[in-house]
Amino acid sequence: MDYRRYGFIAAIVVVLIGIIVKLGAAQVSPASIVASMIATTIAVATPLTLGALCGICCERAGVVNIGIEGMMLTAAFFGWFGALYISSILHVGPMTSLLLGVLIAIISGALMGLLHALLTVTFEVDQIIAGTVVNLLAMGMTGFCNRQLFFGAGSAFGGQIPRAPGTLPRIHIPILADIPFIGGMFDQQPIAFTALVLVFVAHFVLFYTQWGLRTRAVGEHPRAASAAGIDVIRVRYINIVIGGAIAGLGGAYFTLESVPSFEPLMTNGRGFIALAAMIFGNWKPIGALAAALVFGAAQAFQINLQLFRDVIPPKFTFLQQSSVVGLVPYVLTLIILTGVIGKTTPPAADGVPYDRERRS
Amino acid sequence: MTASDSPTSGLGEKIRKLTAPWKVPALAVFTAMVVGAILIAVAGGDPLAAYAGMFEGSLGSPRAVAETLVWSTPYILTGLSVALAFQGGLFNIGAEGQLALGAVAAALVGYGLPGLLGGSVPAIVHVPATILAGGVAGALWAAIPGWLKARTGAHEVISTIMLNYVALNIVSFLLNGPMKDPAPDNVIARTPLIAESASLSPILSGFRLHWGFPLALIAAALVAWMLKRTTLGFEIRTVGANPEAARYAGMKVGRTIVVSMALSGTLAGLAGAIEVSALNHRHQLGFSQGYGFDAIAIALLGKTKPAGVVPAALLFGMMRSGAPRMQFLTQIPVDVISVIQALILLFVAADVMVRRLYRLRGERERVVITRGWGS
Repeated sequence: MDYRRYGFIAAIVVVLIGIIVKLGAAQVSPASIVASMIATTIAVATPLTLGALCGICCERAGVVNIGIEGMMLTAAFFGWFGALYISSILHVGPMTSLLLGVLIAIISGALMGLLHALLTVTFEVDQIIAGTVVNLLAMGMTGFCNRQLFFGAGSAFGGQIPRAPGTLPRIHIPILADIPFIGGMFDQQPIAFTALVLVFVAHFVLFYTQWGLRTRAVGEHPRAASAAGIDVIRVRYINIVIGGAIAGLGGAYFTLESVPSFEPLMTNGRGFIALAAMIFGNWKPIGALAAALVFGAAQAFQINLQLFRDVIPPKFTFLQQSSVVGLVPYVLTLIILTGVIGKTTPPAADGVPYDRERRS
Repeated sequence: MTASDSPTSGLGEKIRKLTAPWKVPALAVFTAMVVGAILIAVAGGDPLAAYAGMFEGSLGSPRAVAETLVWSTPYILTGLSVALAFQGGLFNIGAEGQLALGAVAAALVGYGLPGLLGGSVPAIVHVPATILAGGVAGALWAAIPGWLKARTGAHEVISTIMLNYVALNIVSFLLNGPMKDPAPDNVIARTPLIAESASLSPILSGFRLHWGFPLALIAAALVAWMLKRTTLGFEIRTVGANPEAARYAGMKVGRTIVVSMALSGTLAGLAGAIEVSALNHRHQLGFSQGYGFDAIAIALLGKTKPAGVVPAALLFGMMRSGAPRMQFLTQIPVDVISVIQALILLFVAADVMVRRLYRLRGERERVVITRGWGS
């Protein structure tokens, strides 16, 4: 498999961690720096991993999805709003509110997936345009609802400031979490753990089950799949809705796991980095995880850099700017696209609307 | 046509022919407004009052009209940018980044040129230089995905999305670092003010409406002429319609792709430059959020033709300039505009819905521009 690519990814992560260890050596022990880097990397990679899995679900079935950003944004808002409403108006305990919030996020993501499926599969709308509709609608709806439900005439909280239920608690897996260096992997919040599990579930389903085989057949050659008795329309619908639900879980990360608040446009392009991770990972769940981790490592690098602000040599202070490290995912993906390090092969029928009656 | 054709039936036929293609866009706008009204009503507002407020805010006074045209200017240019790329078979999602870099380049020339030349620069030179800098920056930035596509087959949708974020990060770096306004009390990521001589003046004193608006209209006319009447336009359209046939006919497909993207980027870059030269007189981080996606909606509402893009952009400009008045009068958040614009795109793209809803006859036109990542 893509050994060159995984080697490339590992090299980048090692270099990033190495720089931080070198800079911070005067203040903190290398072991705790590495542990902190790994823990932060996994946390910030969570929405990227889930977004990329959403993309894989859709594109393996032959439907391009650039609406991941919109699906995550919608879920982030409605999951958060739901948790807030349940906790402060219905007076339910914070933990139950949060979990119900996650459920609402997943459902709203799935509904956005359903919209994408309706547009791309049923109405055969150009799939990039359908994704743009999803994104624009998400930006508009969340902005509108955010103002209307909190400040507007139709405020859901009767002018009172709602009581936030906080964020999902950290889960500390005994023994494993105390391993030096990599212990941070086992001291995460629930959505981060779920994302890691889902990667392997997706890998198994896609490559070792009948459903996965059908999905891939539909994404590679829908006409042949149809001739073999597979209902192309149904397979595409189900995959896109499941993808939307996974993106919804990724959206919940922003408002129920990372910070207990919502801001307009808070996904801030993470859906597009997820798209990049999917391409970088060559449309494979484990590849996408690796890509999400390298993009996450870049972000963790920048976060950790802030901790050692005082000891950074003057000529490296420019690295502190989020814009410098922010370039990493996009530039890497552009390099991958040009085919310099390994080739990417999208599903053959990716992006082509399926018309039952057309023969070709 | 023969002389025996009665003039009235000929005229009626002509009008029908002219209006027929615009039925779906017009009904899409109408349907989006109806759905928007339902949304406003559900949210506890009065839809009619809201739309009346929006109308008053966009066309109710000379000042309102002027503001509408101010808002429409970048919409016309970015809409043209996306539409031109569509004509060439290319999906440019990168207008946002091209606009941002155009704005930065214009700001740089706007405040930096006098110092570089050691003295003041006459406006007759400085204004064109400022605006052209924006166009050139946009062209160069957009040429990259064109070149990548021609050379390696990398799909322009992905590369323009990626380059958007690369551009926004570069702009953020420049505005926080080398190009940051050095004024001692400044904490905002913005450039210094451009020189007086680089500013595009208002058309009438007292209004914000500036000469950028007629420039945008001229750009629309030029794009229409170029596409219809020149060899280059013919090549762009042929490559867009069928690259294989174009190659067989001896056209340089790769070169045409790069040129299409560069021209598309020029228009987006000009939009950024005009905002800087005529309106903001500097570039500030975050002012251009979302033009790239709106431009896609405008281009498709305008059927990817300059003659359609201009009215579509005016409509979007009306909504944007009227929305604050609507919010002031009815407390409906301005964000409802974004929802309506997304719905417009939805109904234009899924024209089957509109056709079924209004029982329109006639063949549906397939708007399929992209064919997956691979090809």
